[in-house]
Amino acid sequence: MDFPLLTVTAAVPAAGAVLTAAVPAARRTAAKWLALLFSLATLALAGLVAARFDPGGERYQLTESHAWIADFGVRYELGVDGIGVALIGLTALLVPFVIAAGWKDADPLETRSPRWRPTQGFFALILLVEAMVIISFEATDVFLFYIFFEAMLIPMYFLIGGFGDRAHAGTDEKAAAQRSYAAVKFLLYNLAGGLIMLAAVIGLYVVAGNFSLQEITAARAAGTLDMATNTERLLFLGFFFAFAVKAPLWPLHTWLPNAMGEATAPVAVLITAVVDKVGTFAMLRFCLGLFPEASKWATPVVLVLALVSIVYGALLAVGQRDIKRLIAYASISHFGFIILGIFAMTSQGQSGATLYMVNHGLSTAALMLVAGFLISRRGSRLIADYGGVQKVAPVLAGTFLIGGLATLSLPGLAPFVSEFLVLVGTFSRYPVAGIVATLGIVLAALYTLVLYQRTMTGPVKEEVRRMPDLRPRELLVVAPLIALLIGLGVYPKPLTEIVNPAVEHTMSDVKQKDPKPEVAVGSENGEAGQ
Amino acid sequence: MSTATAAHGLWALAAQAPVDRIPAPHIEYAQLSPTLIVVGAAILGILVEAFVPRRGRYPVQVFLAVAALASAFAAVVGLAVSGHAGEKAQIAAMGAVAVDGPALFLQGTILLASLVAVFTFAERRLDPAAHGNRVDSFAAQAASVPGSDSEKAAVKAGFTTTEVFPLAMFAVAGMLIFPAANDLLTLFVALEVFSLPLYLLCAVARRHRLMSQEAAVKYFLLGAFSSAFLLFGIALLYGYAGSVSYAAIADVVDGTTAHMDPALADTMGNDALLLIGGALVLMGLLFKVGAVPFHMWTPDVYQGAPTPVTGFMAAATKVAAFGALLRLLYVVLPGLRWDWRPVMWGVAIVTMLAGAVIAVTQTDVKRLLAYSSIAHAGFILAGVIATSAEGVQSVLFYLGAYAFVTIGAFAVVTLVRDAGGEATHLSKWAGLGRRSPLTAAVFAVFLLAFAGIPLTSGFSGKFAVFKAAAEGGAGALVVVGVISSAIAAFFYIRVIVLMFFSEPKADGPTVAVPSPLTMTTIAVGVAVTLVLGLAPQYFLDLAGQASTFVR
Repeated sequence: MDFPLLTVTAAVPAAGAVLTAAVPAARRTAAKWLALLFSLATLALAGLVAARFDPGGERYQLTESHAWIADFGVRYELGVDGIGVALIGLTALLVPFVIAAGWKDADPLETRSPRWRPTQGFFALILLVEAMVIISFEATDVFLFYIFFEAMLIPMYFLIGGFGDRAHAGTDEKAAAQRSYAAVKFLLYNLAGGLIMLAAVIGLYVVAGNFSLQEITAARAAGTLDMATNTERLLFLGFFFAFAVKAPLWPLHTWLPNAMGEATAPVAVLITAVVDKVGTFAMLRFCLGLFPEASKWATPVVLVLALVSIVYGALLAVGQRDIKRLIAYASISHFGFIILGIFAMTSQGQSGATLYMVNHGLSTAALMLVAGFLISRRGSRLIADYGGVQKVAPVLAGTFLIGGLATLSLPGLAPFVSEFLVLVGTFSRYPVAGIVATLGIVLAALYTLVLYQRTMTGPVKEEVRRMPDLRPRELLVVAPLIALLIGLGVYPKPLTEIVNPAVEHTMSDVKQKDPKPEVAVGSENGEAGQ
Repeated sequence: MSTATAAHGLWALAAQAPVDRIPAPHIEYAQLSPTLIVVGAAILGILVEAFVPRRGRYPVQVFLAVAALASAFAAVVGLAVSGHAGEKAQIAAMGAVAVDGPALFLQGTILLASLVAVFTFAERRLDPAAHGNRVDSFAAQAASVPGSDSEKAAVKAGFTTTEVFPLAMFAVAGMLIFPAANDLLTLFVALEVFSLPLYLLCAVARRHRLMSQEAAVKYFLLGAFSSAFLLFGIALLYGYAGSVSYAAIADVVDGTTAHMDPALADTMGNDALLLIGGALVLMGLLFKVGAVPFHMWTPDVYQGAPTPVTGFMAAATKVAAFGALLRLLYVVLPGLRWDWRPVMWGVAIVTMLAGAVIAVTQTDVKRLLAYSSIAHAGFILAGVIATSAEGVQSVLFYLGAYAFVTIGAFAVVTLVRDAGGEATHLSKWAGLGRRSPLTAAVFAVFLLAFAGIPLTSGFSGKFAVFKAAAEGGAGALVVVGVISSAIAAFFYIRVIVLMFFSEPKADGPTVAVPSPLTMTTIAVGVAVTLVLGLAPQYFLDLAGQASTFVR
C-alpha cells in the first residue's frame, strides 16, 4: 500500500491540536511553538502533495479508499485534483501566518483559575480547523465531506466566541455579548445550511445508493444513473444552500460581517480566507459534479445573486466605519466574483475562480493581519480614530497599502490575474453580467483607497502619534504574504498549470464547452475530459 | 416463524383442554435467564432490607445490583452468541415472551444503561455529609413527612433509602420483559412491573422533597391513566381476535387465521374493535415513549425526580417502550400498516416540532433535557415509520446511542451544585466553562451529540433513522426532521454559549468532585458517544443482525 499522504496531511494538524491542548497551563509559550511547528510540518506535507501531484495525470490522484460505514454506503475516500491541491496549499500556507499573527491574542488577561488554559485552546482549535478544512478539500465521498463540513463549525464557533478582539478590553461586558451574538449567528446560519444539506445528502443516497463522488459522476456520465429532473433540482438546491451560506452569497451573507468584526484578526483570516473557501470549492466539486443539469438550470439565478453580492458587498464596504467590517464586506464582494466565475461555465471563468480563491486568501490575509496589528496598537476598530499613520509607522502603512492594492486587483499583483480571468470568462458567455461585475472593481478602488486615505494620510492624530511601527514578528508574518502576492501576480503559471486540467474535468462534467474563441486563452478544451 | 403453541388462542385452549387437567407450563428457563437473574436480585434485595443491619445494606445492595446486571448482560450475550438472536430465535414461555434479535439487543442495551445508571444511584460524595454520614441523592426516610421531626431524626441517625436498589431492579426486570412481551397481557404486566417502582423512585429525592413527591403523583396519575387506556385497548383487541397472543391477533388481522369458529367469525369483521383497540394500545405505549400529545408528564417528572432516577428513567424507559412499540407495530399490526402509518406520521411530526420549539423557552436544565427527549422520541418515530428492516435497525441503533448520552448528561447535572443541592437553573450554569473546563467540555460533548453534530453518536443515529425513513418513502418526514434539528440546535448551543462565553457569577455553583462511580458513568457516556460517532459500523451490524422479529 502506498504511503497515505493525504490522510497524514490532515492528521498532522489534528495530532498537533491534541498535543497543544495537552500542554500544561503554565507552559503557554511551549504550546505556541508546538502549534507553529505542527502547522509548518503540515505546510511541508502540503508541499509534498503538490510535488507528487501530476497535473497531466489522472483526475483524482493520491487516492485512498477504505471501508468505513458500509451500512450508510460510506467509504473513507480521499483524492485530490488540481483545485484541491491549490486550496490545500493555501490552507497550509496561511495557518502558520495565522498562528504567528495571533501569537499574543490568547494570552490570559488574568489568571482566573489554574485550569483555565485559553492559549492552549486557541492554538489547538486553529489546528483542528486546519485539519478539518484539509480533509474536506480531500474527501471524494460526499458523506465524508459532509461530516467535516459540519464538524468544523464547532471549533470555529469557539474561536469566534471565545477569543475576542482585544480592542474592546475596556468594555468587556458589551464586547462579550456582541461576540457571543456573532458566534451564535455564525453557527446557526451554517448549521441550518448544513441540516438542509443533510436532507439532500440522504436524498442523494436514496437515489444513487452510495456516496462516492467518482462513482456517481461516472454513472451519470455513462447514463446508468438517471435522476428525475425535479429530484436533481431539489438535491442541487439542498447542497447549494449550504455552500451559499458558507461562501457566503447574498442574501445569506449577514453572519460574515458580525463574525469577522468580533473575532480577532487572525481568526477573521481563518474564516474568510480558509474556511469559507470550502463553500466555493464544494460548489465547484459537488454541485457541478453531481448535478450538472440542475446547475445549468440554476445558473441564471445564481449569476444574478453573485452580481448582487459583488455590487452590494462593495457598496456596503464603501459605507463602513469599522475597518474589519469593511474588509468583511469587501470579501462578500469577492466571493461574488468567485461564484460568478464558477457558474459562468467557461474554462477561463472557472480557472479564474479557483485562482481567485487562492489569491483572495492571500490578499485578505495580508490586509486583515496588518489591519489587526494596526487595531491592536490603537485599541479601536473605527476608521475615524486613525489618521496620518504613515508618518509614524511607514512600514505598517506600506504593507497595508500593498494589501489594499491587492484587494482592488492592481495589475502586477496576484488577484488581478484571477479577476481578469473571471471577467473574461463571464463576458464571453454572459456579456451583461461581465459588464455589471466591472462595477465591483470600480467600487473596490473606492473603498480601499478611501480606507487608506482616512487612516494613513492626513494630519497625525494625537492618539496615533506614539504608535510603534511593525515589530520583527509582525514583519515576518506580512513580508512573505506580500512576496507571494507579487510573485504570483507576475508569474501565475505554476498555479494555473495545476488548476487548468482540473477545470477541464469539471467543464466536461457539466458538458460545457467554451463559446467560440474570440478571447479564449486556453487551447481546445471541451474534449479533454474522461 | 410461528410455533404451534403461539398460534393457540385462549378460546382455542379453553375449547380443547379437559376441564379437570391444567397442563404444567413449559418454561425455557435458560432463555429467560436475563430477566430471572434481575428479578432474583430484586427479591434478594428486599430480603437484604429485612435482614441485613442498616450499616451493611448499602454495600450489599450495590454489589447485588451491579452483579445481577452484569451477569444478566452476560446471559444476554450468551444467548445472542448461541444464535437466539438469529436462526434460533423463538417464542418462549408458552407464547408469552419472544426471544429474538430485537428483544436481546434491547435487553442488552437496557442492562448496560441500567448498570451505569446504578453507579449514579450509588454516588455518595456529592452531597455534603449530614451529621458525619455520607449521603446519596435519596431521602433519609421516604415515609417521613418533609420538614417533620421524624425526618430530622432520620437524617441525624444517618438513614438512607437503600430500597432504591431493589426498586430499580424490579423496574429493570419489567423493562426487560416489555420489549420482549409477545402477548398483550404480558405486555401489560411488564408495563406495571416497571412503572410502579419508577413512580416510587421519583418520590424519594433528598432535596426538594415536595417537588419530588409532586412529580411522583403526577407521574402516577397520568401513568395510571395511560395504563387504563392500554388495558381497555387490550380488551377490545381480545374481543376482536379472541386472543391476546400477538401472533394470533396478527393472523386475524391478516385474515389468515387457522382456527375459525363461530364466535371469531362474528367479531373479526368488526373493524371498530380493531381500530379503536389498536389505537388505545398505541396510546398507552406513546405515553411511555413521551410522544406528543402524550408528553405532558415528561418535563415535570424529569425535573422533580432525583436526577440519577431521571437519567435512568429517560434512557431505559425509552428503550423499553420503543421496543414494545416496534414489536406491536411490526408483529401485531403490520396488516394495519395503511391505517396506522398516517397517524404515526402526524404524531412524529408534531413530536419533533413541539419538542424542539417548546425546549427553546426552557430555563431549567432538567426541563430542557426533558423537552429534548421529546424531540428525540419524534426522531426515533421517524425510523419506526419506515416499516423496514433498516427502520428497525436504525431505531435499535438510535436507542443505544441515545441511552448513554442521556445518562451521561444527567450524571453531569448531578455534579453542578450550590447550597440548595443541584443547581439546575440555567442562569447558574453561566461561566461554568471558565470554572471547570473539563465538566463543561464533557457536557458540551453530550449537547453536541443531542444536537446531532457529526462525529458524535447523535449524528450517526439521526442519519440512520432519517435514511431509513427516506428509503421508506417518508421524505417529508426527513425534511421536518432536519428543520426541527435546526431549531433544537439553537437551544443546545445556547447552553454552550452560557457555559463558555458568559462571565461566571460570583455566587455561582461549584462542581463537586464525584467518586469513581459517577466518573465511570460519565466516562462511559463520552466513550460511547465518540465511538458510535467515529466508527459506528460494528454496532450498526449488530443492530442489523438483530432487526428481525420472530412471529
